[in-house]
Amino acid sequence: MELRKDYFADVRKDGLHEIGQPRPRLDSPGHVTGKTAYFADRILPGMLHLKMVRSPHHHARIRSIDTSEAEKHPGVVKVLTAKDVPHNVYTILILIQIGPEDETVLADGKVRWKGEAVAAVLAETERAAQEAAAKVKVDYEVLPAVFDMEEALKPGAPLVNEYHGQNYYLYDSGECRKVRFGDVDAGFAEADHILEQTYQSSPIEHAPTETTGCVVAPEGNDRFTCYTNTQAMFFTLDNASIILQMPGSKLHFVGGTVGGGFGGKVDVIVEPIAILAAKLTGRPVSFIYSREEEMQISSPRAAEKVVIKDGVMKDGRIVARKVTGYTDAGAYSRHSPYGAQKGAAHYPGPYTIPNVWIDTYCVYTNRTPSSAMRGFGVTIGDFALEVQMDKLARLIGMDPLEFRFINAYRDGDMKAHRQPTEGAALIECMQEASRAANWPVADKYMAMSSYRKGA
Amino acid sequence: MAIRRGRGVAAINYPTGMNLGGDPTQALVHSTPTGNFMVTLSSVDLGQGMKQIMAQICAETIGVPTDRVIIDTADTDTGPHCMGTFASRGTHRAGNAVIQAAKEARQVMLEVAAEELEVNASDLETDGQGNILVKGAPQKSISIFDVALSAHFKRGRSISGRGMFLIPRSYPEKETGAMKPSTCYAHACTVAEVEVDDETGEVTVLSVKNVFEIGRALNPKMVEQQLVGGSWMGISHALYETTEPYYPNRDHGGTDFNQYLMPGPGDLAETEIIVLERPSADGPFGAKGPGEMCANPQIPAVANAVFDAVGVRIDTLPITPERILRALKAQAAG
Amino acid sequence: MAKVPVQFTLNGSEKAEFIESGTTLLHALRDKIGDTSPKGGCHQGTCGACSVIIDGELRLSCLTLAETCDGADIRTTAGLAEGGVLHPLQRAFLDAFATQCGFCTPGMIMAAKALLDRTPNPSREEVVEALSGNICRCTGYEPIIQAVLTAARADSQNAA
Repeated sequence: MELRKDYFADVRKDGLHEIGQPRPRLDSPGHVTGKTAYFADRILPGMLHLKMVRSPHHHARIRSIDTSEAEKHPGVVKVLTAKDVPHNVYTILILIQIGPEDETVLADGKVRWKGEAVAAVLAETERAAQEAAAKVKVDYEVLPAVFDMEEALKPGAPLVNEYHGQNYYLYDSGECRKVRFGDVDAGFAEADHILEQTYQSSPIEHAPTETTGCVVAPEGNDRFTCYTNTQAMFFTLDNASIILQMPGSKLHFVGGTVGGGFGGKVDVIVEPIAILAAKLTGRPVSFIYSREEEMQISSPRAAEKVVIKDGVMKDGRIVARKVTGYTDAGAYSRHSPYGAQKGAAHYPGPYTIPNVWIDTYCVYTNRTPSSAMRGFGVTIGDFALEVQMDKLARLIGMDPLEFRFINAYRDGDMKAHRQPTEGAALIECMQEASRAANWPVADKYMAMSSYRKGA
Repeated sequence: MAIRRGRGVAAINYPTGMNLGGDPTQALVHSTPTGNFMVTLSSVDLGQGMKQIMAQICAETIGVPTDRVIIDTADTDTGPHCMGTFASRGTHRAGNAVIQAAKEARQVMLEVAAEELEVNASDLETDGQGNILVKGAPQKSISIFDVALSAHFKRGRSISGRGMFLIPRSYPEKETGAMKPSTCYAHACTVAEVEVDDETGEVTVLSVKNVFEIGRALNPKMVEQQLVGGSWMGISHALYETTEPYYPNRDHGGTDFNQYLMPGPGDLAETEIIVLERPSADGPFGAKGPGEMCANPQIPAVANAVFDAVGVRIDTLPITPERILRALKAQAAG
Repeated sequence: MAKVPVQFTLNGSEKAEFIESGTTLLHALRDKIGDTSPKGGCHQGTCGACSVIIDGELRLSCLTLAETCDGADIRTTAGLAEGGVLHPLQRAFLDAFATQCGFCTPGMIMAAKALLDRTPNPSREEVVEALSGNICRCTGYEPIIQAVLTAARADSQNAA
């Protein structure tokens, strides 16, 4: 790695004692000796193991659940179903006033995605829990399912989630989050060329080497200690408190040493049910996702569809950009309404465009609920935007890097969401890339600056 | 049939912290009797190195070496609230909270030192090595070790501080979307060079040259870790990863590391990392959040390089050999 | 469930346990003996985080039945430092900043040790091959490869 101190030297004070120094990591000695304690290294005497009974169907009504055979299985201590969960219908962003509650801890009357948790089996060993889970008999009436976002948005599509009442998240702005800046129609009318393209991604797994999980121990005083690899301690504690209808003072969360997260451990899925199980059995409980659960059950990065329509002039200026983004939330909200909204704030990318129209939708389908991942709401949008930029440059016969210089935002430029640009550095990154990659651009671009004269 | 070479560029920016703000983090700092400093948080280290960075931030602010700072984090019985580790917010939000708490503790420390040295606290400075000196008269000094002992056993002062950082929440205007998503943005530009085998559709990323602007590299080696790993993930996203290879069809989803593909140690691109620092106005020592954006520019850069190599656009991720071959076939069919 | 007696040497210490037939070595080490340095990342032999060295050979402890280890010499990362002095591999991982979340690290170090025990001066290709059964999601592998090459050089200098 090369630290290029010559850029922005005028606005930076160097020569600090500790900041900027390559100090060794205080946690690494624990890592290389195998002494670092992750949550699963808390191996407690008498610990029970929790395994989930999961839906084999994408969308089905549950007629009945029979746990009697499972309960008789040797080693089984308890089987939990929806009726055991004090506040079974929840949504995690309720903590920042983003509702409605739309998801069940354990399915109640219906499953909306293949893999949804239906019943929790607690047993002396993982093997007994797994075997008993196979003995829980669930009578399903299979319902039509919808997997495609466009299909889901059509009238008459199967309704994925009754708590929403339609297959999209309803923002205060309506069926999508909107950004309106300038006059896109006028921009398109004035443009020399118009290019409309559609981009698509598929769900992506975080794949941390340590799977999601927790170990819960009753403290004996009506309090419960939850050793967890959550990415957000109080967010998880407070949501568990709501779901369990248990005062937060009864909950003690210990974590902070996590085997990779990448956004995959902020969903509050394992902790509430494991705490409930510890409470109802009086025993320590371990609930750790298998690798298969991590791959197909834990929330992935959402699939997204992005439609970009641009108006561009022969001289390289983009004069209008319209973006319609669709985020496939799967069956439940989790963090997706937030992510789709973050996309609206991110478009039209780091470029100054006078006429912008953004609509971002959060769409429900009968698939594994998606949620946060590294670059949430932005990563796929950047893929779409930057491929589109390449296409636009080629359309007008311009070098793709020079084309970006022409449109790059600089200090003081008004963004589509009506904030003036501050602290821009896109131009300098591109100048340095031009040098490093031996991709020459015209001198006038190398002479540009993110600073504005007089700014 | 041939191996064809191409290159592509992409440039991006990325917001620091939770979109629209409203995501607080608190920190507490106190001195032990011998002048070591405990930082108490509930922030989570996912491997990015939050604990180490908070120690360096506290050390710089107090004026002691980093190894005199202890991080106690993520026990909800002791640590004050942190919204969590996500949205590139950890360094920025928790770092600011630690600075505020450490400044308050430092002020008490300087007041106690001032009493011991019989000078004004405002005339004192720290040397970064664990000593407090009189400005302009460095021979007149006292160690932080002795100041902490005095505070505890003689003067009855708690060398401690509280920190809280919150960017007030912004609410988007319904019709126009006017809003304040973030207070600072990191930037990047990547040039990727690829080879595409037009017979098999296989893509080899030969090199990625990444330029990242991250405000301030608080610990350059740790920044490098994050950026190298992120660049790898970006390439992985571009070419390999999905849990639903035939989305929206739900079949064929991988369930383990044999089916869910990522580049292994034998599939690495030559990776160059260049870092620029334009300090942000409200970042801890100017730092922005580099953890997420570092995995973004490689994806479109690789996509654009594939087009440059073989003249077909793959607008659906991941850019698999199958998709490339189908596109080449369609192109050949005219 | 029938229990079977198992005796083996773990990092030089004699261990004897009654374990349920069918228990993996990973479970036996972690749950019974208390060596949690091997990690359970997948329990199906695809991530390498549970790697240990059995009688000089690199093994996945999640796919090894404990009862097959009777009389074996088992080495884990927890036993690598001697007298509080880090092994050159551990030192090299620290110096190269080759750990981030650290979850894959004990398995990586075991895979690297098995390589260096057999091939003290490996080529980069040999290091890559040796690590190819171990998944890391944080580092992008390059720092780990560099750490192993550095450790090999340090070792050969010490031997010289």
